[in-house]
Amino acid sequence: MTQRGDAAEPDRARPESPGPESPGATSPGGSFGAVPRETEPMVQLLAPSGERVEHAHFRFDGDDRTIAGLLRDMVLARRIDTEATALQRQGELGLWSPLLGQEAAQVGSGRAFGPNDVAFPTYREHGVAWAMGIDPLTLLGLFRGVSLGGWDPAELRFNLYTVVIGSQTLHATGYAMGIQRDGRVGNDDGTDAATIAYFGDGASSQGDVNEAFVFAASANAPVVFFCQNNQWAISEPTSLQTRVPLYQRAHGFGFPGVRVDGNDVLAVHAVTEWALRRAHAGEGPTLVEAYTYRMGAHTTSDDPSKYREDDELEHWRSRDPIDRVKTYLLGNQTIDQQWLDDLAAESDRLAEHLRRGCRELADPSLADSFTTTYAEEHAPLAAQAAEYAEYVASFGDPDAEVTR
Amino acid sequence: MSRMTMAKALNAGLRKALEADPKVVLTGEDIGRLGGVFRITEGLQKDFGTDRVIDSPLAESGIVGTAVGMAMRGYRPVVEIQFDGFVFPAYDQIVTQVAKFHHRSGGRVKLPMVIRIPFGGGIGAVEHHSESPEAYFAHTPGLKVVACSHPNDAYWMLQQSIASDDPIIFLEPKRRYHEKGEVDETAASLPLHRANLLREGDQVTLLTYGPMVRTCLDAAAAAQEEGIGVGVVDLRTLSPLDLETVYSQARRTGRVVVVHEAQLTLGMGAELAARIQAECFYELESPVLRVTGYDTPYPPSRVESEYLPDLDRVLDAVDRSLAY
Repeated sequence: MTQRGDAAEPDRARPESPGPESPGATSPGGSFGAVPRETEPMVQLLAPSGERVEHAHFRFDGDDRTIAGLLRDMVLARRIDTEATALQRQGELGLWSPLLGQEAAQVGSGRAFGPNDVAFPTYREHGVAWAMGIDPLTLLGLFRGVSLGGWDPAELRFNLYTVVIGSQTLHATGYAMGIQRDGRVGNDDGTDAATIAYFGDGASSQGDVNEAFVFAASANAPVVFFCQNNQWAISEPTSLQTRVPLYQRAHGFGFPGVRVDGNDVLAVHAVTEWALRRAHAGEGPTLVEAYTYRMGAHTTSDDPSKYREDDELEHWRSRDPIDRVKTYLLGNQTIDQQWLDDLAAESDRLAEHLRRGCRELADPSLADSFTTTYAEEHAPLAAQAAEYAEYVASFGDPDAEVTR
Repeated sequence: MSRMTMAKALNAGLRKALEADPKVVLTGEDIGRLGGVFRITEGLQKDFGTDRVIDSPLAESGIVGTAVGMAMRGYRPVVEIQFDGFVFPAYDQIVTQVAKFHHRSGGRVKLPMVIRIPFGGGIGAVEHHSESPEAYFAHTPGLKVVACSHPNDAYWMLQQSIASDDPIIFLEPKRRYHEKGEVDETAASLPLHRANLLREGDQVTLLTYGPMVRTCLDAAAAAQEEGIGVGVVDLRTLSPLDLETVYSQARRTGRVVVVHEAQLTLGMGAELAARIQAECFYELESPVLRVTGYDTPYPPSRVESEYLPDLDRVLDAVDRSLAY
């Protein structure tokens, strides 16, 4: 919803490279445990105080009702996260990867998608899925251990969660190359498509991510690389991944990179929409670095108190992505306490849906594994499937045992 | 019927596949104007354009990873890896992504892609240019692995692999690229996952594939001169194995020697020996023997002829098998 038409402008808007002596380039180890501060200019349209901010090149064009819709999505995404974390603690999920603190980055980007755009997530994009209208129950199978993903990426335009770090950035790039071959860029008739590849600051160290940058640049592929720099790759700070601010990496690969305040849903939306529009128009890839913070653990197996200082968390709490939108909308009376109460009630209903649905997820049968390993027959595996079936059958009907 | 080298047969097979299905795309390093380091793709970019025959950046994981994305979009990518020893940067993508997507998606995502790898030694190359990585891939559920040995199979098996909805590791015996053979363009060869009994023999069965097929046929001919009947089975497919043919030939002769260039330990020979002893134990006259490369890295090429199984080593194993 930006009004921007000139795709070249953000290049001009890009800050000058600060060079290695800049505060953004910390020496390895020097900032371990230090409070990350925004030393680089970044696109911001809604300040932590809840006040709208002007930006020279990016603008959020939606009205306040639209912003209230974004707030609703962020609140519900946070509730999905809280509920899933609780389900993990209750033993209903084997693992969960919390998104707490990243709601604006995920909802803001997810809401910017066009009807043909396809997301390639990591394993933390629950808020993106929500913004795309995907029932969060869909995501739980992987974490409960009843499937390895299981949903249909083509139907949802949301690919399977990718646990191996960075692999999906290449898939997004290849898919974007397919979009090009399908003639679905540069038509400006609503049929144009792009991919958006999510990854984190840790993934920026992976070869695959860098290879994806090379391939996307070389092919001028319609892909948006959306890095959620949440400051920590499990226990390793961003300073162990890079000497330069991550968005600047894009310049070395030959496409624009923009750092956006990842806790500002309006700015994230505006920048993502601009990057997608570039892709649709055939102008190639963009790297968006959403500068944000993972307020919770990497996963529910992790203990961030071992590697992070309390004051760091406090600093980021003051930048909570939900609070500033709420402050803004309450301030201009777009919403009121009743609206928030209704949202809280909706949130409770969503939580109940997750709790009940999670327990109702059916266990798979190991027999299914034999049939989904290959698309076409594999005779030795078919023989193993038959052996397995025979073995299982040798125990007889377990229900019959009980009633006998 | 026309007589051509395996290199030409592969080229002709790719051309047919590109003509038959507009969704087929080739991607790899130097496959465009150069036609690939072995010239397998010669002339294809000129005739089908740079969108169908893609000169990729020099990054193997990128080549395979982007091919995954193209396959998800409905294309049928055929990837060229320049040499066997260069596949390992792409190994992560092949094993964690290519092999698993169909399963992870509960059968919803098909990845119909072919990864062509010129494999094996015997061409006097420097290191990383002569390896036999087939066991790594055959060990991975979700991948199918095939190896051609003759121009006719090369022509047909490549087209069959491209038509398959499963991802296929397609191994090309690089030292046989320039050996000629008859290609029948009108009649398809055996189905993709069927072994081929190339030579009948009553006393010993040689099980082999890829570059060793020629070696085994030569050994069988030499044995015949001494009055020993040696049969030769070209496995053609390593995953799935055509166990039906393997067992029937093992039962027929009771004596089996597996021959491959790859290292001995945990190689294809180990799998075949274990399967045969489990299934054909009472029909065996001798233990299943193996003639393979040694458990060292592939050696400097000046001594590769001592590393590679040759006619004498195969015949020696035949004699040992008969001595039981």
